[in-house]
Amino acid sequence: MAGEILVIGGGIAGLTAAIEVAETGYDVILVEKNPYLGGRVAQLNKYFPKLCPPFCGLEIFFKRIKSNPKVKFFTNAEVIKVEGEAGNFTVTVKLKPRYVNENCTACGECAKVCPIERPNEFNLGLDKTKAIYLPNEIAMPFMYVINDRYCDKCGKCVEVCKYNAIDLNETEKEMTLNVSAIVVATGWKPYDAKKLENLGYGKYKDVITNMELERMASINGPTEGKITISDGRPIESVAFVQCAGSRDENHLPFCSAVCCLASMKEATYIREQYPDAKIYIFYIDIRAFGRYEDFYNKIKEDDKIQFIKGKVAKIEKDVEKLIVIAEDTISGRKIEVPVDLVVLATGMQPSSADYKIPGIEYDEYGFVKEKEGIYPAGVAAKPLEVAGANESATAAALKAIQIVRR
Amino acid sequence: MNKVSVYICTGCGIDKLDIERLKKVSQEEYGIEPVVHPHLCSKEGAEIVRNDEADGIVIAACSPRVKTNVFDIEGKYVERVNLREGVVWSHDIDEHAQELAEDYLRMGIVKAQKAQIPEPYLQETSKDILVVGGGVTGLTAALEIAKAGYKAYLVEKEPNLGGWLAKNYKALPTAPPYNRFEEPIVYRLIEEVTSNGNITVYTSSTIESISGQPGMFDVTINQNGNQVQFRVGAIVVATGWKPYDAKKLENLGYGKYKDVITNLELEQMAKEGKIIRPSDGKEAKDVVFIQCAGQRDPNHLPYCSSVCCLVSLKQAKYVRELSNGHAFIIYKDMRTVGIWEEFYKEMQQDEGIFLTKGEVTSIYEEDRKIVVEVTDTLLGEDLKIKADLVVLATGMESTLKGLYTVKEEFPDEKTVPYKHIYELHPIKSEEEVEELKKIGHILNLKYRQGPELPTLRYGFSDSNYICFPYESRRLGIYAAGCVRAPMDAAACIEDARGAVLKAIQAVELVAEGKTTFPRTGDIDYPQFFLQRCTQCKRCTEECPFGALDEDEKGTPQPNPLRCRRCGICFGACPERIISFRQYSIDQISSAIRAIHVPDPSWEEGAEEKFRFIVFACENDAYPALDMAALNGLKYSPLVRVIPVRCLGSVNTVFIADALSSGIDGILLLGCKFGQDYQCHFIRGSELANRRMENVQETLQRLVLESERVKVIEVSITDWDKVPKIINEFVDNVKQLGANPYKGF
Repeated sequence: MAGEILVIGGGIAGLTAAIEVAETGYDVILVEKNPYLGGRVAQLNKYFPKLCPPFCGLEIFFKRIKSNPKVKFFTNAEVIKVEGEAGNFTVTVKLKPRYVNENCTACGECAKVCPIERPNEFNLGLDKTKAIYLPNEIAMPFMYVINDRYCDKCGKCVEVCKYNAIDLNETEKEMTLNVSAIVVATGWKPYDAKKLENLGYGKYKDVITNMELERMASINGPTEGKITISDGRPIESVAFVQCAGSRDENHLPFCSAVCCLASMKEATYIREQYPDAKIYIFYIDIRAFGRYEDFYNKIKEDDKIQFIKGKVAKIEKDVEKLIVIAEDTISGRKIEVPVDLVVLATGMQPSSADYKIPGIEYDEYGFVKEKEGIYPAGVAAKPLEVAGANESATAAALKAIQIVRR
Repeated sequence: MNKVSVYICTGCGIDKLDIERLKKVSQEEYGIEPVVHPHLCSKEGAEIVRNDEADGIVIAACSPRVKTNVFDIEGKYVERVNLREGVVWSHDIDEHAQELAEDYLRMGIVKAQKAQIPEPYLQETSKDILVVGGGVTGLTAALEIAKAGYKAYLVEKEPNLGGWLAKNYKALPTAPPYNRFEEPIVYRLIEEVTSNGNITVYTSSTIESISGQPGMFDVTINQNGNQVQFRVGAIVVATGWKPYDAKKLENLGYGKYKDVITNLELEQMAKEGKIIRPSDGKEAKDVVFIQCAGQRDPNHLPYCSSVCCLVSLKQAKYVRELSNGHAFIIYKDMRTVGIWEEFYKEMQQDEGIFLTKGEVTSIYEEDRKIVVEVTDTLLGEDLKIKADLVVLATGMESTLKGLYTVKEEFPDEKTVPYKHIYELHPIKSEEEVEELKKIGHILNLKYRQGPELPTLRYGFSDSNYICFPYESRRLGIYAAGCVRAPMDAAACIEDARGAVLKAIQAVELVAEGKTTFPRTGDIDYPQFFLQRCTQCKRCTEECPFGALDEDEKGTPQPNPLRCRRCGICFGACPERIISFRQYSIDQISSAIRAIHVPDPSWEEGAEEKFRFIVFACENDAYPALDMAALNGLKYSPLVRVIPVRCLGSVNTVFIADALSSGIDGILLLGCKFGQDYQCHFIRGSELANRRMENVQETLQRLVLESERVKVIEVSITDWDKVPKIINEFVDNVKQLGANPYKGF
């Protein structure tokens, strides 16, 4: 049944593309590899510049999806192959077992009896959940899921489930879709900070990434919103290291577009909890484009936030403090700044940098190339902030509809 | 509804309640024999509900946010009674919780009984789309509309299409290796637009008026003095930008020295083939570009214009290629965002392009050269450059700047009523408004709330939502391109596509009488019982979407297709004459009255049984309560939560009703308001706040303490805070003592 539109990826761009297509009157299938929709933004504490919670928008997206029969979505599902041409694509999708079916009411009795714990990837491995778990408070679908890498199939959850919702024998399936057009919204992943050896990630506990800080600052994060350092001392000073990987020939040659603004936003998280902490932002250029300049100006009003133009060369450790070594490019001098916490503003790498779907074309960095019938949206296309990703997704929705209508 | 059925699910711990007593409420108080099921959302349970003949169904089970599609039954009104998250997960199970569950069931049943089946507002609508502006955004929009199979009208005020981009010599590279300039895309677009049979182009034309509503906009344009009229369903506003007036940049030598020009003037020179000094006509060899000429300056344009860094890099290359000269770019921050970094790197390869961060300290003429002095450079020393030509990278202003004024939306107000508008649009004097009128409006909408698309700070148009960038305060009218935000041509093209999708969506939805975001597909629209209208104009003024016009007397004239169904009008109406079929004053008032308020004159222990109502925004506060419950957080069982579409739909009558029936306190939980408002209906929560200030009069009249009614802003992730907020409110009111009106 060609005519439907496929959206690959259920993050903010994929959700936008899917719901905009459906609300215009077309059938859409949304395929997401995680067991829940929402993607990266679900892991953010707040958005810049309004400092509002991403769950607020997700609630509206999910509400629209729940009440729109034109949207079908599959979680725990991965597109493995795309064949054909605009108007008639054949798409192969792998459906990984969830082991929990629609009978699930999310009552939570199963997790209470589950004896096994697993690292919680929603919190970037900073805490644990049971092997059967609800991905997050706003999870869509609102159903438990079993992580089969950790589950030993002891069957305790099956015994306690009153609703016949768990099937430990569920197996992987494949499904074939025939669609007219495809929106690729496979998003991004944080650039691997371990590759930035000079910056001490993995070596010093209190060198963290911006995404880890987002989780820490979130009420449903590993520390229930409390930003802390490893030895529990109150935080007196924090350094944000911009372009950690971005604008660097050896890592990501492009600019990730959001990190300057993200770090400024995260500086407000620190300020909320530590009114006197000194915050240093080491940058090459502050890229607060367009009206985001207002946000930059607002952050600059905080006299304990210091912007230092200079690329960080190295992070070292003193007895107690971390030492940020950088060149202040204005004075031309080498500076050493002792801090308690270092936040690496790691860039956005397209998810497809290391996993490419056969049948879709990519550029050298892994960004998706547009061709007739296949339209990238959000960060699958280029580095973008949330509003930009949604604009691009709305545009992609139009291109997809044009294929169906021709 | 004609017949209401009641289902009680006992799963997920609901069976900890006394189900027999719940059944009795339904049987004895409403004469309805309820169906009790252990797993109502199962296939089998849902099937039973689906086959029920009743047209009103009460599901007493989990939150309406859960299993929504299971219980979404076409043609039936379904009322969800939240016993799981709302009672058993958020309270210790005791007599108080039992009474809470019973009240929720009563409230659910009366809401279902009072609901009616809605009829859509169906009209003969047009699906054609008007595009205003013939630059790159407008041209793209018109073409994309046609490619999707719709008809477009393109109106451009200039005699020629193409906008600013047609005045460019070259365009930025759009593909790797980012070192080859391209021909401006507008020429190809103009050809395609003018040869497309589904696009009607009117150049040298302005809009005299647009009346009506989405699907039925009647447009009158004036083309060289001749009037043309047509009807469209939606509008894409692509009126673009205007350059910041360089005459205001005298400190940078513009107007003072002939050889200080703007980036637009340089573009013109390059197009003519030669970069020269206007003072003597000689070829310019050393050219200095000064970035942020006005931008990022609180005295000029406080924002960044996004494209000027790219433009100067491009123009530096013109200097290299056309004059074989040298270019110096003095910037604050090099803002080549995202993939444009590649272009920046390419331009850096050119040894004749010299770049530094710096602050220009002075510009003066010396020996027929323009001297630019720069400090704070990256070179460790101050610079003094002798240039043949200085180019000011001036910025963009929205064409809508200043056109939307508070005076127009609120002509009778002395002060600006809403914070979110006040902060962005300080009130203008009568003279200033008159001045604006001379400049002339662009859309000339015949809306009670003003002739233009409302704007945000600096005159850029909606949206204020990060998640929903195209949602404007005027349904069916969507802005794209530089009128919305400063952006480059590639972004304009993408933005045009986005706005076109929204326009198509609007014409399709309104053709079926449906609304758009955030209640997309809702056909139920407000009904006005105008015989009782007192022409107080509250509804017409408070509607954030300009859905209600007025006649001379002030009687509201609804335009249902402009409506987003928030219910702010019914919250505003003191006469209670506005209601939806499935969201009515009667439903909510009846639900309030259905709460059993223990009467101390005959019920034992009634003194201890305070009763509170929490009106919670269904998009944020209500989900926050659900998530509190999911996390095992508990709050006072004396509170009955009533979800509302928007806090702005809470009518003060509800408060008065509740207080006079003995409710001890009322708490309103809504979204953040002000400049960064999070209310999905723009100003609903702020309106609720204002109205509750007025409620204080009612309280005084009833001789009740003002603390009994309170509005608090919460966000959806405040689930850790909401229980505390509720408990504190309850404790504070308890200290005041019981409402003396109990039992009256």
